[in-house]
Amino acid sequence: MSTDLLRRPSLASLVWQQFRYQNRVFWRTPIAAFFTIVFPLMLLVLFTAIFGNEEIEGLGITTAQYFTPGLAVFAAVSATYTNLAIGTAIARDNGILKRIRGTPIPPWAYIAGRVASSVYLAFLAMALMMGAGVVFYGVQIIARTLPAALLTFVVGVSCFAALGMLVAAISPNGDAAPAITNATLLPVAFISNIFFPIENPPRWMEIAGNFFPLKAFAEAFRDAFDPTLTGSQFHWPQIGYLLLWGVVAGLLAARFFRWEPSAGSTSRRRRRDESKPVPA
Amino acid sequence: MAAIEVEGLAKSYGDVVAVDSVDITIEAGEVFALLGPNGAGKTTAVEILEGHRFADDGRISVLGFDPSTGGRAYRERIGIVLQEGGVERELSVREALSIYGGMYPRRLDADHLIDLVGLTEKADARIKTLSGGQQRRLELALGLVGDPDLLFLDEPTTGFDPSARRQAWGILENLTALGKTILLTTHYMDEAQHLADRIAVIDRGKIVAEGTPETLGGRADGKSVIRFALPQGVGPEEVPVSAITINGDLVEVSADSATRALHELTTWALGRGLELERLQVTRPSLEDVYLELTGEH
Repeated sequence: MSTDLLRRPSLASLVWQQFRYQNRVFWRTPIAAFFTIVFPLMLLVLFTAIFGNEEIEGLGITTAQYFTPGLAVFAAVSATYTNLAIGTAIARDNGILKRIRGTPIPPWAYIAGRVASSVYLAFLAMALMMGAGVVFYGVQIIARTLPAALLTFVVGVSCFAALGMLVAAISPNGDAAPAITNATLLPVAFISNIFFPIENPPRWMEIAGNFFPLKAFAEAFRDAFDPTLTGSQFHWPQIGYLLLWGVVAGLLAARFFRWEPSAGSTSRRRRRDESKPVPA
Repeated sequence: MAAIEVEGLAKSYGDVVAVDSVDITIEAGEVFALLGPNGAGKTTAVEILEGHRFADDGRISVLGFDPSTGGRAYRERIGIVLQEGGVERELSVREALSIYGGMYPRRLDADHLIDLVGLTEKADARIKTLSGGQQRRLELALGLVGDPDLLFLDEPTTGFDPSARRQAWGILENLTALGKTILLTTHYMDEAQHLADRIAVIDRGKIVAEGTPETLGGRADGKSVIRFALPQGVGPEEVPVSAITINGDLVEVSADSATRALHELTTWALGRGLELERLQVTRPSLEDVYLELTGEH
């Protein structure tokens, strides 16, 4: 049998390779691709159809101009937070993470490839959303505030990638991860004015909305697309708050991360199969 | 140099002793089987050597590395076929081998591996469409993709039906021809006997016997047993050798020298004009030895 004698692969090439194949796995998982890419676009179509693409009273901007950046943030959070949490927890359940630990790839390089893939998909989802807004609903992109929009976006998706890894770390199994992400993301999206601006919310709702990082992300990003505002629109308090959440989540994720399936969840599918002989 | 040298390996989970002061030496190129019932400590011992778990105590050298600190350089030289390893179900067989192979400085050609494990027709199929046995064969190929000096095989055929097991054995025999050192765990005696150069029997965390399939547990020096049906009209007391037992309608003679005992018996039978129906001479099977060693009577 032939053996190719090659140099040890560089760390950059290992991360790049993981990045590429995580993307490939994403596109071959239709449900993930649907909820990350298609579903937020459907919400944009629905909202503009329900509310009409008129100027929103009191805000001075159109429905689409308000919703598109918020839904872009929502799509980006699905791509990072939800996908990383579910994908990583399932990979652990299936023994993929354990296999990875037995190969020469440094663990951080594997995680970096996964995270980079989710961040790339978040950019893609955001670009599609903003593009659809511009083409179909007359959303304005403002060159002056683009640097702020990009910086906010990079910090925001990094924060939610860290939170996704934290959920993956603390989920006992792959079934728990979607339950946790759905039970957190949807309510928080409502109180963070992603779906519609709540006028005069109850005090507790305002406090809760301000506590979670999604509102900071959505507001800072949305203001970079608000033609009624002036200045460069760098929202430093929000960006700092996202960084704080991201760093804390990242440290906790690193602290609690496990590579092996927990005892109860160990490839339940395979367990069941073991009761009957496996055909060749 | 030995591929694996282990002395005094110990590991407990709380009060439960999983591995208790185990010594193992495996030479390069040897196929070594760790044989024992479920829960005997096989997987724990092997996962410590793989670097997946840390020992509480013991001196461990695998290919000159301490597995707990060997890191990337160590993992470049070993291949692991986990009992419950998984692989991304959305990838094809060839893609998975290319991706995992890309992590190693040396690698075996993906197409050769696919042929070796008999997945040629499934090379471009998604892994999720493979049968259970095909997935295990893919895992074997993934264990080999980095052209390892040492291959760990944790219960490679558990859950296989007999024909799938025979097929897997054929593949594993091909590997031994490549000169790889292989550490295999199994709870199937026939598997250890079929594949291994040397076998250690582990029970309740301790090695209770070690040897070749021929000599394990004193099998080579064990007494032979001669069995035959007692001819009609002949009483047991008339049989001319000592140390006989009656087992149903069979007489069993346990003999240090089978040749002498057989000669005495056949001379007696010919002299009396008797036919010794169902005459057989057996040596203790590996199964007998194993069941005795592990107390599973």
